[in-house]
Amino acid sequence: MKLNLKIWRQKNNSTKGGFKSYQVDANTHMSFLEMLDVLNETLIAKKEEPVAFEHDCREGICGVCSMVIDGQTHGPWKGTTTCQLHMREFKEGDTITIEPFRAKSFPVVKDLVVDRSAFDRIIQAGGYISVNTGQAPDGNAIPVEREKSSFAFEAAACIGCGACVAACPNASAMLFVSAKVSHLGLLPQGDVEHSDRVLNMVKQMDDEGFGRCSNVTACEAECPKEISVANIARLNRAYFGAALGSEKKV
Amino acid sequence: MSWFSHFVSSSIGQKLIMSLTGLFLILFLVVHLIGNLQLLAEDGGESFNVYARFMTTNPLIKTISYGLYFFILLHTWQGIFLWFKNRAARGNTGYAVKKTRAVGTSAVLSSRMAWLGIIVFVFIVIHMVQFWLQMKLGNVQMATYPGHEGEYKDLFVMVIDAFKNPAFVIFYVICMYVIGLHLWHGFQSSFQTLGLNHKKYTPLIKGIGKVYSILIPAGFAIIPIIVYLFR
Repeated sequence: MKLNLKIWRQKNNSTKGGFKSYQVDANTHMSFLEMLDVLNETLIAKKEEPVAFEHDCREGICGVCSMVIDGQTHGPWKGTTTCQLHMREFKEGDTITIEPFRAKSFPVVKDLVVDRSAFDRIIQAGGYISVNTGQAPDGNAIPVEREKSSFAFEAAACIGCGACVAACPNASAMLFVSAKVSHLGLLPQGDVEHSDRVLNMVKQMDDEGFGRCSNVTACEAECPKEISVANIARLNRAYFGAALGSEKKV
Repeated sequence: MSWFSHFVSSSIGQKLIMSLTGLFLILFLVVHLIGNLQLLAEDGGESFNVYARFMTTNPLIKTISYGLYFFILLHTWQGIFLWFKNRAARGNTGYAVKKTRAVGTSAVLSSRMAWLGIIVFVFIVIHMVQFWLQMKLGNVQMATYPGHEGEYKDLFVMVIDAFKNPAFVIFYVICMYVIGLHLWHGFQSSFQTLGLNHKKYTPLIKGIGKVYSILIPAGFAIIPIIVYLFR
């Protein structure tokens, strides 16, 4: 099938970008990224600059294939990443608009590639647990309540793709931060540093210039891992607890 | 107290201020509506005017009212501040196409709270100049009622006169509709910000929020309509 593509082209962060139209011959069995591969091969054959886009695992777990397809992060399918989107969603002659994630804290590197290292710095601020190296401990040595382990597991599904920020009208990173805080803080190993983690990660999030959550819940709707905004409420509780209930520096 | 300034100026602290001041204003609207419903009593304004004097002279109510003015200003100021912060976070280049999957709340309303809020604030300013300032400083007719000591400012007549103007009635009803939209998102959003989101009670909060944001603005709006049509 023949498709019309409107793709955002931008040389680098300091130049102005714009849309460019392309035509591509795809078939319904291709994934969305394979369709872009085909486009790039034709561009390379014509000695044109291929479209830069991020990709790695192509099975929905690495979280790098960030782009906005027809106004939706990771495309029109719910609970999937761009690489999991298949061309059977589209029809002959469709025009597809492809843009990079937009947020002040996610500057465009090139074309559809954005710099999401703000997320890495938030993780560095507290998205870890401190353990001594050595022999791996027995997996069942520390009992974990069933309910808490499932909440932690649901939050741990976050792949840090940044769709929450891209979809949020405020470019807020609350769903990401809350998923990390829930994933680690609900488990006994992560509970030890919970207050520090919450305060430090929220501070880093604010310093990175992300917006303030106004409970629009577009993040939850667009999250490829369907992480719930109940995590944001948990982060809020944890923040109040850490700020008001501990002697830690706010 | 540096921890306190850091706390309230953090992103979550700023949202907490929005939530708590919003919840206070939500409680206030109930009290205000109960007072206003006395406009419908067919006693020539006696119960309304007696109530109005109580509300403007009782020291406890007066103290709370200063808190109310402060919270209205704080909610507005903080809301506009957040609006600018969020616009800056979004960046200069917007999406050429933007769609959002159906969400639990209304995405359209929730991302336009600032605009709705500004309309509500303008309404409050007009409302204060028209009734509150007149009651405090204006030349208001006096009324006496047998069984009640002294003279009462006849706020009742002032309000009824205003409600006889069809343009004002339409303006008032539209503003109540806007307040309803603001509350439709604001009510349940304030609980989420407080961290109250749980399978057990969140459906109840959302349900009460919807009933509240229909009934309260409708209660306010029905008064000028009844006055205009039947009084």
